[in-house]
Amino acid sequence: MPEIKELVKQLADKHGRNRESLLPILQGIISEERYISDFAMTEVARELDMSAALVYGTATFYSFLDTEPRGKYVIRLCRTITCDMKGKKQILRTIEDLLKIEIGETTKDKKFTLLETNCLGWCHKGPAMLINDDAYTELTPEKVSEIIGDYMKNR
Amino acid sequence: MAKTVNLKIDGIDVSVEQGTTVLDAAKKLNIHIPTLCYHEDLCVAGNCRVCVVEQEGAKNLVASCAMPASEGMIIHTNTHKVRNARRHVVELLLSEHNADCTKCYKNTKCELQNLASEMVITEPMFIDLVPFKEYKIDKQSPSIIKDDSKCIRCQRCVRTCHELQHVSALGVAYKGDHMKISTFFENPMYDVVCTNCGQCVNRCPTGALIEKNYIDQVWDAIYDPNKHVIVQTAPATRIALGEDLGMEPGSIVTGKMAASLRRLGFDSVLDTDFTADLTIMEEGTELLTRLKKALVDKDQSIKLPMFTSCSPGWIKFIEHLYPEYLDNLSTCKSPQQMFGALAKTYYAQKKGIDPATIVSVSIMPCTAKKFEAARPEMRDSGFQDVDLGITTRELAVMIKQAGIEFESLSDEKFDSIMGESTGAAVIFGATGGVMEAALRTAYELVTGREVPFKNLNITAVRGMEGVREASVKLENVLPAWSFLEGVELKTAVAHGLTNAHQIMEAIKKGEANYHFVEVMGCPGGCIGGGGQPIPTTPEIRRKRAEAIYREDEGMKIRKSHENPEVIQIYKEFLGEPLGHKSHELLHTHYHPRKRV
Ligand code: SF4
Ligand code: SF4
Ligand code: SF4
Ligand code: FES
Ligand code: FES
Repeated sequence: MPEIKELVKQLADKHGRNRESLLPILQGIISEERYISDFAMTEVARELDMSAALVYGTATFYSFLDTEPRGKYVIRLCRTITCDMKGKKQILRTIEDLLKIEIGETTKDKKFTLLETNCLGWCHKGPAMLINDDAYTELTPEKVSEIIGDYMKNR
Repeated sequence: MAKTVNLKIDGIDVSVEQGTTVLDAAKKLNIHIPTLCYHEDLCVAGNCRVCVVEQEGAKNLVASCAMPASEGMIIHTNTHKVRNARRHVVELLLSEHNADCTKCYKNTKCELQNLASEMVITEPMFIDLVPFKEYKIDKQSPSIIKDDSKCIRCQRCVRTCHELQHVSALGVAYKGDHMKISTFFENPMYDVVCTNCGQCVNRCPTGALIEKNYIDQVWDAIYDPNKHVIVQTAPATRIALGEDLGMEPGSIVTGKMAASLRRLGFDSVLDTDFTADLTIMEEGTELLTRLKKALVDKDQSIKLPMFTSCSPGWIKFIEHLYPEYLDNLSTCKSPQQMFGALAKTYYAQKKGIDPATIVSVSIMPCTAKKFEAARPEMRDSGFQDVDLGITTRELAVMIKQAGIEFESLSDEKFDSIMGESTGAAVIFGATGGVMEAALRTAYELVTGREVPFKNLNITAVRGMEGVREASVKLENVLPAWSFLEGVELKTAVAHGLTNAHQIMEAIKKGEANYHFVEVMGCPGGCIGGGGQPIPTTPEIRRKRAEAIYREDEGMKIRKSHENPEVIQIYKEFLGEPLGHKSHELLHTHYHPRKRV
């Protein structure tokens, strides 16, 4: 996996090799790879001359630093109470039907991963979800079909 | 001079230096405040809240371990509110805790159990969450067992491994109620960068990190009529064992220890100190040979500085983190392993015993010694050289199991052969001791005179400073060593792997040009080893070190090369230091390991 090695090195050159560089480097890996493998963590530990257990601790602390392989587009549907009361369940069912996967799973073509997340701060416009870094709010089954359909066709 | 502040605790006035915590101020008044996450060796974490007290004027209770005393403060340590809060803390911990005390290795030696007992917690206040948790037990390491169901997440272990050892094999993973103490990817301790030093074990307040004990295996061997069971005792055990048997820190119990081992039923009670003296002969010769090859023969392949190789935690640290320096390690095995290799060869021959029937047990201040004994490199006798390594703590358990009244035992001597030792050997137990012992012998070998220090005490290498340097000028040397005339022998000593890391970085950057470096994996050296009685604190390490040097001063012979049994073994068996037989039995090489 020389690419990861190279990526980690580039990120370290950019963000530095101190303890406080750890988070931006891990975020950099996520935006390239969608997840941080054990190999990537080992490389980060080596580049920053720190313990791999500490890298692992940081990676597992933040929900958005995934440590398992993810699809190109990670859908995170809010599961917290406001969105739940505003109809999150139907949204979830619609996505599951469209992509033929359940929460925690990735489509066969590795394009989508479906996850739940805690409150996104869009409660006033729930139900809300993220696809990678973009927020989608006031979702209805129709609206979410349209959004996902667009990702399926055009990206 | 530091400013003092005046405060009142439970109605009593007290003045303390500015910066002192409320906890320490209370201690000064002999008021005991319970603690769990606090440890004298570590930075303050303030995460358990069991040490809360009431401060007049403050809205909430304050954590006394983290709160600095300030002028005019009024503190109450024993109010209804305080007692309730502490009780809730302990009850909450217990609600997630697999509290099967009678089946727990830490039973009667557990800080959590003590608190529960003190608070008379009989009816649980909260529901039992243990059935909902997926706790794991890791028993794969030959040294350490990690049982997450007993962990209260105080993070003493994490701080120990980071602050004292610069290893950070353990970290904090996940968050909230999923938070746990974890290695890299929750791999077994056996399979990560852990050095097996046991410093975390020594500081864990519960049964979550314990040594893997071999008590039953030792008893089985003793009771087996077909086995000849011999035991060796490391230098640092004889000044600490008493602590686990009701005696004060700093008590020298060499004679009582020998007596108790005989009562336990060992067939021969021998001494690692004998091979500590032997180590000095081999390692001292190795150093002088390296110097000759480097200085006279200009041999570029010779690596300097030479590092000591007695401490198995330090060896594993190098294997993982500085593999490029493996050739700087002395090739000498540790005294434990030299003893093991000789027990099933030299000793067996002399005594006319079939080595296959020998069970070789070691009593060590160390959990890493268990790992070392199990290393594949350590089978040069044709057998596993050391069969069972147990800690000072495990020996104390065995003595209690046997119903021996330890304090009333009369002193006895070690058996022979391989039981004779010198003051130079016993100081192996304290940081700086190997260096001092090596200098006492090497200097005399080269110059024909005793080291130029009063009473042979080389005080420059003693003490608790993390890294210490000393140099000795070699003058008027004997003709055989003329190449060393005028050479200033530069040495350094480090203890605790954080200090070892510091020295390694200095060497790597080319900022240090030592000839010889002593490193001990544990703070204070073996006296502060991971297998020593709990608690181990700065004060206790100081007392144990004092005892070691007292023991040295009280010995008839204080230089390794004058040990009569050492002279005898070279005459009868080994030939000469670094000779053929020595190479075969007493020396080894180590190999790189992965960095995580
Ligand atoms: S760790 Fe302590 S409280 Fe827990 S079971 Fe063991 S002895 Fe009991
Ligand atoms: S393993 Fe022991 S020292 Fe570490 S957090 Fe758990 S209870 Fe504390
Ligand atoms: S045994 Fe030593 S190296 Fe291993 S986890 Fe404990 S403190 Fe760290
Ligand atoms: S509850 Fe869904 S965004 Fe806040
Ligand atoms: S001992 Fe003070 S917070 Fe843990």
